[in-house]
Amino acid sequence: MSEHHHKETFVTKYIFSQDHKMISKQFLVTGMFMGIIAVLMSMLFRLQLAWPDTSFTIVEAFLGSHQTNGIMDPDIYLALVTIHGTIMVFFVLTAGLSGTFSNLLIPLQIGARDMASGFLNMISYWLFFISSVVMVISLFVEAGPASAGWTVYPPLSALPQAIPGSGAGMTLWLVSMAIFIASSLIGALNYIVTVLNLRTKGMHMTRLPLTMWAFFITAIIGVVSFPVLLSAALLLIFDRSFGTSFFLSDIFISGEVLHYQGGSPVLFEHLFWFLGHPEVYIVLLPALGITSEVISTNSRKPIFGYRAMILSIMAIAFLSTIVWGHHMFISGMNPFLGSVFTFTTLLIAIPSAVKAFNYLTTLWKGNLQLNPAMLFSIGLVSTFVTGGLTGLVLGDSALDINIHDTYFVVAHFHLVMGVSAIFGMYAGVYHWFPKMYGRMMNKTLGYWHFWITIICAYGVFWPMHFIGLAGLPRRYYTNTEFPMFDDLADINVVITLFALAGGVAQLIFIANFFISMYRGPKATQNPWKSNTLEWTTPVEHIHGNWPGKIPEVHRWAYDYSKRVDADDDDSDFLHGQDFVLQTTPLLEGEEPS
Amino acid sequence: MLALFYIFIGVAIGVSFWQITRVMNLRSVIADDHDNDKQGKYFLAFTVFFYAMMIYCLLAMNVLMLPESASIEGEHDDNLFDITFWLIGIVQFIMQFLIFYFTYKYRGRKDRKAKFFADSHQLEIIWTIIPAVVLVVLIGYGLWQWNEVMDLSDEKDAVVIEVYSQQFRWDARYAGEDNTLGLGNVNYIDINNLNTMGVDMSDPNAQDDKQVTELVLPKGRKIHFKFRSQDVLHSAYMPHFRAQMNCVPGMVTEFGFTPKFTTEEMRLNPEVMDKTNAINKIRKAKGEDPYEFDYLLLCNKICGQAHFNMQMKITVLEQDEYDKWIAARPTLAEVIKK
Repeated sequence: MSEHHHKETFVTKYIFSQDHKMISKQFLVTGMFMGIIAVLMSMLFRLQLAWPDTSFTIVEAFLGSHQTNGIMDPDIYLALVTIHGTIMVFFVLTAGLSGTFSNLLIPLQIGARDMASGFLNMISYWLFFISSVVMVISLFVEAGPASAGWTVYPPLSALPQAIPGSGAGMTLWLVSMAIFIASSLIGALNYIVTVLNLRTKGMHMTRLPLTMWAFFITAIIGVVSFPVLLSAALLLIFDRSFGTSFFLSDIFISGEVLHYQGGSPVLFEHLFWFLGHPEVYIVLLPALGITSEVISTNSRKPIFGYRAMILSIMAIAFLSTIVWGHHMFISGMNPFLGSVFTFTTLLIAIPSAVKAFNYLTTLWKGNLQLNPAMLFSIGLVSTFVTGGLTGLVLGDSALDINIHDTYFVVAHFHLVMGVSAIFGMYAGVYHWFPKMYGRMMNKTLGYWHFWITIICAYGVFWPMHFIGLAGLPRRYYTNTEFPMFDDLADINVVITLFALAGGVAQLIFIANFFISMYRGPKATQNPWKSNTLEWTTPVEHIHGNWPGKIPEVHRWAYDYSKRVDADDDDSDFLHGQDFVLQTTPLLEGEEPS
Repeated sequence: MLALFYIFIGVAIGVSFWQITRVMNLRSVIADDHDNDKQGKYFLAFTVFFYAMMIYCLLAMNVLMLPESASIEGEHDDNLFDITFWLIGIVQFIMQFLIFYFTYKYRGRKDRKAKFFADSHQLEIIWTIIPAVVLVVLIGYGLWQWNEVMDLSDEKDAVVIEVYSQQFRWDARYAGEDNTLGLGNVNYIDINNLNTMGVDMSDPNAQDDKQVTELVLPKGRKIHFKFRSQDVLHSAYMPHFRAQMNCVPGMVTEFGFTPKFTTEEMRLNPEVMDKTNAINKIRKAKGEDPYEFDYLLLCNKICGQAHFNMQMKITVLEQDEYDKWIAARPTLAEVIKK
């Protein structure tokens, strides 16, 4: 691949690049742009939830015809939560996270010159780009963007009579998602093939860093589940535009009976959640993979229980495909199915607990280098535990009856997949920024960014559990129609204040990111003293990654603080330093770890 | 007030800009011992903040919670919830402490050597088995309760009520003397003749059905709800009874519970009185009418513009009062013109 260097023009280098490192940066910047939109939206609807009757200039400025005197309309409130969810889950945490780091790290960490197919990789990015453009365009259609919730359950999403956003806005949403899924599938296939076929000499599967395992398994989940969402989207397009009745039946709306007969909305829910639940792990596993790497490197310790971590990733991946029904306990599906899904759902607690305990043990007796990436990884472990534990409440069908679709759910999933995955993404950016841009990000701003973000994240989502337990349903434009919720108003104000502060604090990161890109101090080759292969490549990017031969691998990725005498903690470090690159051959008589 | 807010934002932006340019000139980029020490201590401080917040919320927000279950079936829900909540609460408090304390305790120092500790089958087995055993209990109790609630097969004495949803209102239909609902379908909807729920009036079972706009339930009798929707998905959420079921166009869904307290009794429940008083204090400060507790049915599945205000009052009466109330309602045969 690297042997014949094409002459690179501006277009082939920066735009239609087939180099995985450039594509990864493209994913990251596009994801960040979409993230800014989604965060802005959340700030707008948080304003509405805290002060429903107050006029805001900013609402007037942003929402145009969708507001009256600075107070947003109920329809656009629903559109905002819908698009916030869609963008965050798919565009930021799937493409932005997986797309960025799978692309950057897979070839570098397994020792390959590039992805198996650089061309498909480029196509994958540009499909993602097009789907982002379509999604952004959908924000500007006259009747407003899709408004039926990010889960787009029909009939609401199928009938423009039911909500204006289900007109052109919804059509664009479906088109955008179909393109997105194509992008995601092409990317995932590429990742799988690359990990399986292009590993350098000596890089056995059991020597892969946990990031690789996480990305690899994530790609498999994506390939298994995304096509099902595509089929759901296509069938919904048929129902909406060509008069079929896959999901619709017996509907009377706007004074007339519609022709739909025999379909079922519950079928859509099954198809949607068959992706929708694995999607949680598509979002989360890469973040956990990044965390494993960052925590181990910065603790100067091997990740505890490497094989148990791989097994738990696999167990989570397998279980994630057979638990989708826990989103549907009260959808009207057979209660017996509810029992089965409760059982499989609660089983996920076991591998998740193993992961949490292993992170904890990795920290224990470490020599923690508290870099910004490390802080975000520790933050991830914290929010993952907090959010994961409430899963035991929601996954239990009997308990879910009464808290389904309340703010308890919102708090749960934001902590366990939203905040956790974003923390993983930040950890990844801080950690691998020197690999991406050859410069270092600013440490002090990183610290500020972390502390404000974690305080705000808990300030938003911890109290939110309680308003959910008080019975407050999500997706309400305002709670003022119910006197029984009057005592929750103050809490909503507090949540909004934290949300605004947390949202604004992300500007610190954006400033740090873009300024460091041009003005940050030049990076050294291995700034974090890490073992993995990506730190053996030169700082300046070259096509093909390694100037000479691809290095051979002789050991696993976690020989941190390995001693000459394995049984004696007081003996000297192997090679006199607390890390041993994967490319270093075993010493004579050294036991492989 | 708002002007002050904008000034505050302006100042904040100014200060951040100044700070950012100042900080960006610092060239040190990798945490040294000084940073490790400082950040480690910040983690300790954060632990204090975090625990204070968790405990404050747990204590102070107790009064906001839903009162005890107003249905007999819901008692076990509350029980299971308490068990689960204590359990995850304890795990949460221990785990978070360990995460942050380890971060503080093992913060990096030049002279510290990390322990090379890669594996321990014993530990892995311990923390696989303990969660597994705990889960057996939770799953067992949960599934038993789920089956209790969802099994409506042998309820001969149940009161059959249809709850009917549309954008953006609820209606209900009582099954009448024969306790059997007449067939319903959107094709029978005839607004001009007041057949708003689409009941097949040629069905003999439909004649004595009674359509109402507010639910009234007898205390101590099993209620067998059947849900229908006319347009989009809705969800009938009755939080006080620990009851919820989606209303799905094209199919009939079911749920059942037995009311335990009449509305009057519930208003005298100490938890309800505390909550009501707290709410009324807030309402009085805003100059709004006082609130009186009522059971409610809320829509809890996104259904369109007025989703946030789709509600129906539920009243629970003693059996004899209920009998009087239901006897006074007209039957569909009387209401709907042929």
